[in-house]
Amino acid sequence: MSGVRVLVGTKKGAFILSADGKRQKWDVSGPHFGGWEMYHLKGSPVDPNRIYASQSNGWFGQVIQRSDDGGKTWQAAGNKFAYDGPTGTHQWYDGTPHPWEFKRVWHLEPSLTDPDTVYAGVEDAAFFKSTDGAQTWTELPGLRNNSTGSKWQPGAGGLCLHTILLDPTNPDRIFIAISAAGAFRTDDGAKSWKPITKGLYSKYLPEPTAEIGHCVHHIAHHRSRPGVLFMQKHWDVMRSDNAGDEWTKVSGNLPTDFGFVIDVHAHEPDTIFVVPIKSDSEHYPPDGALRVYRSKTGGHEWEPMTSGLPQNDCYVNVLRDAMAVDALDDCGIYFGTTGGQVYASADGGNRWNAIVHDLPAVLSVEVQTLP
Amino acid sequence: MTIRVELPAHLQKLAQTGREVMVDVEGVPTIRLVLDALEDHYPVLRGTIRDHVTQQRRAFLRFFACELDLSHDAPDTPLPDAVARGAEPFMIVGAIAGG
Repeated sequence: MSGVRVLVGTKKGAFILSADGKRQKWDVSGPHFGGWEMYHLKGSPVDPNRIYASQSNGWFGQVIQRSDDGGKTWQAAGNKFAYDGPTGTHQWYDGTPHPWEFKRVWHLEPSLTDPDTVYAGVEDAAFFKSTDGAQTWTELPGLRNNSTGSKWQPGAGGLCLHTILLDPTNPDRIFIAISAAGAFRTDDGAKSWKPITKGLYSKYLPEPTAEIGHCVHHIAHHRSRPGVLFMQKHWDVMRSDNAGDEWTKVSGNLPTDFGFVIDVHAHEPDTIFVVPIKSDSEHYPPDGALRVYRSKTGGHEWEPMTSGLPQNDCYVNVLRDAMAVDALDDCGIYFGTTGGQVYASADGGNRWNAIVHDLPAVLSVEVQTLP
Repeated sequence: MTIRVELPAHLQKLAQTGREVMVDVEGVPTIRLVLDALEDHYPVLRGTIRDHVTQQRRAFLRFFACELDLSHDAPDTPLPDAVARGAEPFMIVGAIAGG
């Protein structure tokens, strides 16, 4: 029988949650790298035993770990993330120029075709690639050297490149998002990038429709339809039907359209999930009730999923990389909270159960569907 | 010359070694030479004690020896004689800060 492996990154280590295809009984392994911030772990879609992990903390900086046996054992890989050429400056919080400084890897995105190729999104925002299984890293500087780079400004979490979407139909096309610079697309294999922010409106910007400065929290797409993008912005849930050239707001009847995560059902490209959060200063669900909202119409019309989720006195957050879907039938959806719960639904979002209740604050959740 | 180096717990685990390791340094031992030798012996520690590019000590780490704080010494300053003789360890210490 097929199974799933949920890769959970937390503030104090990584955990691997495994189950068979029924997704009822779970085996919990961890903490791996206890005491370290595990910003992200992700498996290769080509070789599920190959998993990459970003390990960091304020004392010892960045380490990259690699497993070749599905997370049973790990080897430290290369951790030298050197910017290519003069770094120049971006804007600091107060608008003054600030030199680019590497801090950590936020997101690792393994290639869709080669287990030894993996991309990294880092803070301060830049795009790196490894073709030797994470032993060595090279910056693809076209993004950072984009003509808009000097205008980029960090969000509260830093100037972080947190989202990388690869297009399965076009290896030269990649989408990325940076808080709080916005979203960008390359159509030439990362040599050049253009902002894809037309239609975004951010009231905290002096020019709310500016090309740069939008705090994009996450972007998702369905593999079968990679040009249709769904975005959870700081405020606003957005949709683009033309690979980001234009965006329209699809927040519809959501109780609040602030939030961090967004994801797409594995088999229904127009079914999407968000977790509304009360506001940008109140990072918890409205009314103390944790609700996943599902739209089966690609936005605009949303329904709350509450079964099995706490509906009283719940004040956790769900961070931007902390939701994922499996490819089983029914599609499983998973998300982790800053309160240390990882919730799973094995029926497309109708009913939820906590796989674990008491982990450290969850930073990221990814899932592997195993043969 | 063999220098004793004490590592903080996280780096012991990363390097898969104990609290104290020995490194060989040729010539007069300095912070730079000791860290070079340590990283040569344990490549996984590269970037965790000092920055890959600038070679600056990471901000939340300090270097102690012989009850002295050597963190702000120039990297080519000779280490105390007791460290050079192996009587005292060169200590890499994580700051008590945050997290």
